[in-house]
Amino acid sequence: MSDFLELFAEYSPLFLEATSVTLRLTAAALLMAMVGGAVVAALAMSKVRPLRWLATAYIGVVRGTPLITQIFIIYFGLTAVVTLEAFWAGALALAFHNSAYIAEIIRSGFQAVPKGLTEASRSLGMSKVKTLKRVQAPLALRTTLPVLGNQYIIAVKDSSLVSFIGMTELFQTSRNMAATTYEPLTAYIVVAIYYLVIVLALTALVAWLEHRLSAHRRPAQA
Amino acid sequence: MSEHTTPTDGQPIVQMRGIVKRFGTTTVLDGIDLDVAQGEVVTLIGPSGAGKSTLLRCVNGLERITDGTIEVAGERLSYTEKSLNHLRARIGMVFQSFNLFPHMTVMENVAVAQREVLGRGKDQARSRGAELLERVGLGHKADAYPDNLSGGQQQRVAIARALAMDPAVMLFDEPTSALDPELVGEVLDVMRALADDGMTMMVVTHEMRFARRAADRVVLLADGGIAEQGPPEQVLDSPTSERGQAFLQQLAEH
Repeated sequence: MSDFLELFAEYSPLFLEATSVTLRLTAAALLMAMVGGAVVAALAMSKVRPLRWLATAYIGVVRGTPLITQIFIIYFGLTAVVTLEAFWAGALALAFHNSAYIAEIIRSGFQAVPKGLTEASRSLGMSKVKTLKRVQAPLALRTTLPVLGNQYIIAVKDSSLVSFIGMTELFQTSRNMAATTYEPLTAYIVVAIYYLVIVLALTALVAWLEHRLSAHRRPAQA
Repeated sequence: MSEHTTPTDGQPIVQMRGIVKRFGTTTVLDGIDLDVAQGEVVTLIGPSGAGKSTLLRCVNGLERITDGTIEVAGERLSYTEKSLNHLRARIGMVFQSFNLFPHMTVMENVAVAQREVLGRGKDQARSRGAELLERVGLGHKADAYPDNLSGGQQQRVAIARALAMDPAVMLFDEPTSALDPELVGEVLDVMRALADDGMTMMVVTHEMRFARRAADRVVLLADGGIAEQGPPEQVLDSPTSERGQAFLQQLAEH
C-alpha cells in the first residue's frame, strides 16, 4: 500500500498535467459537438427530405463504426491535407463522434415538448424564433439534461482513445508510467482514480444544474 | 378595459366567409359564413367531429383554411409569419388543456408575451399581469409554478395570460372539458364576468348552462356546416333543423 501511495505521489504532477489535457480536449470537443449536434438535429427535423436523409446517413455512419477508426481516419485524413496538431485532430474526431449522439438527444428533447405549448406560444403572437428561445429550448434542455450529462461522461472516458494518435493525455500518461515502472496494475489503477474523480465532479455539476432548472417540478414552499 | 376595443361602427370583429377546411380528402368545414360583432358572445355547439374546434382554430391561423376568407378586427388573415404574429397578438386563445408554460411562474406566463410581442417593459408587464391575475382571483399565486395549481386555477391563469395582450376577441376551445366537475364553476364564473364586461368571445363548449346564461348567440355546427343559429333559448329550446333537434335529443338523454 505504501508503495502504491509513493508511486501515486511521485506521478501526480504528470497526471495533473494530463488531467488538464484531457479536460481541455473533452471541453473543446463537446463545445463543437453541441453546435454540430444542434445543426444535425435541425437537419433531422427539417421539412426538406434530402436534409433529413443527410442527418440519418451521418448518424448511421457514426453509430456504425468504432470511435477508434473514426479517430484514425480523421487524423490521417486531415493531416494528409493540412497541418494539424494531434490535439485538434483528436478534438475534431471526438466532436464528429459526439455530434451524432448529441443530435439525437436534442431531437428527442424537442419532440418531447408538448405541441400544445408551442401552439399556446404561437397563439400569443410569439414568432417561431421567440417560441424556440422562450418555450421549446428551455423545456428541451430540462428534459435532456440528464441524458446530455451521461453523454458528457462517456465523452470524457472516450477521450482516452486519442492517446493512439500521440496525445499525452491521462491514458497515455498511465501507459508511460506502466512502461517505466514495470507496475502496469498500479499505473492503470492510478489513472482509473483520476477518471473517476473527473466523472464524479461532472456528475455533481449536472445534478446541481438539474436541481436549479427543476424549481417548477417541486412542491410549493409553504 | 378600453385598450382592446376598436371602434368599428357595427363592423364585425370576426368575419368568416366561405370557410372550407379539408384534412386530406376529409372535408371538416364546408363553406361556413360567420360574423361576430363587437362585444358579442357566440358559443359554438354541436356533436363531436362537427368541426367546432377546427373552426375556432382557423380564426387565429392554427389551422390553415383550404378556401374562404377570414378578417379579424378589419385585418385579413394571411399565412405569412409576420402577418400571423401580428394578428395573433390581437386574438386571445384559451385551450382545453390550459397549456401554461411549465418552466415559468404564473407571473412569467402572463408577462412573457407582453414583453416579447408588445415590447412592454418589465414593470409594465408585471403590473398589467398582477391586475389580470387579481381579476381572475389568483393575485396571490403570482410566484407559483403551474404544476402546483389545480386545473381550474391553471385555466384562470391561461385566461389572464390571453387577456394580458389586450385582445380584440377571445377564443375558448372547450375551456372546461379537461376539468374535474367541481372546478368547472370557477372558470365559467371568470368567463361570464368577462362577457358581462363586453369582451367579444367565441366559445366552443359542451356547457349548455354557459351557452344559455352568457351567450348572445348559439351556433350549432353539424356535418361541417351551420345547422342552426340564434338566441340561446331559440336554438336550445325549440330548434327547427333536423340536426339541431337530433343533437338536443342526444343531450337530453344524458
